[in-house]
Amino acid sequence: MKDWFKKNKYDVPVIMAFAIFVAGSFYFHFNPGIEIFKDQFWMFFKEMIFLLPAMFILIGLFDVWIPRERVQKHIGESSGIKGILLVMLLAFIQVGPLYAAFPVAYLLWKKGCSATNVFIYLSAFTTAKIPMLTFEIGFLGLKFSLLRVLLTIPVFVLIGIIMGRYFNRNNCKIKKV
Amino acid sequence: MIIITAGLTLISLVLDPDKTVIGIKKGMMQFLKILPALLSVIIIISFVLHFVSNELIAEYLGGDAGWQAYLAAAILGSVSLIPGFIAYPLAGILLKTGVSYAVLAVFITTLMMVGILTIPIEAKYFGIKVTLIRNGLSFIGAIIVGAAMVFVYTLL
Repeated sequence: MKDWFKKNKYDVPVIMAFAIFVAGSFYFHFNPGIEIFKDQFWMFFKEMIFLLPAMFILIGLFDVWIPRERVQKHIGESSGIKGILLVMLLAFIQVGPLYAAFPVAYLLWKKGCSATNVFIYLSAFTTAKIPMLTFEIGFLGLKFSLLRVLLTIPVFVLIGIIMGRYFNRNNCKIKKV
Repeated sequence: MIIITAGLTLISLVLDPDKTVIGIKKGMMQFLKILPALLSVIIIISFVLHFVSNELIAEYLGGDAGWQAYLAAAILGSVSLIPGFIAYPLAGILLKTGVSYAVLAVFITTLMMVGILTIPIEAKYFGIKVTLIRNGLSFIGAIIVGAAMVFVYTLL
């Protein structure tokens, strides 16, 4: 318990202060406070509480079922273009906000995915998830989406390669949280 | 997503109940550990979003603004963490009020690739240095994509 507080020494006060702020806002009918809670916080909270547990269960199952050798062979250090295409495909079919991609990145890395591919995965996840793309096409048009995705792919592959080099050269690690 | 998870969990249970329980436990432990950090980040985001209204964004990215509009788009996109189902309708409105496609490209790309508000979470996994470099590179990358979009749109 003590450890837990120590580990979250910044987060616990923020959460407690917010709880008091929201309770106070409702008690005193302080409208901006109620709006922040209802319009903003609740929306994120719903997304987090419904989507993330499912994702973490998938991560856990992936962890126990998929052997390291398998991952390493397909998206590890010497997987080349095929590995890049595979992580991109994996990223494109997912849903969720950027922070949902970090635990997946940790797992991939632990299972032997190369650092370059981990960073390509992160960028691909953020730029071109297929569920989001259908949304984008609806509001901004096919031409815009297509151009944006085509122009972004080389940029994020390059970022992935730079990050991968830096990561390996400095013996960085992705930590388990 | 929830349906897929439920389905796979069921299959996994049938194949090997022990393994499944270990997997679910592992996953849920990770979730509970990251939960406080996530909560405090979404609290901060809620406040930021409350003060950064759609009108404010439209004003900064609007019509005849030159390179300042790109800079504003890049900064706004980096700071905000707006989920796609809000960001795209917003982008649609901005387009109608006269914001150019190129400015929108910078906004959308930074919005997706750079997450200043989620840096505390990212740093827990990757360490602060790697996190800052990744976000910095993505910021530059987003501007390059935006510039390329300007170029393509003037050609077409």
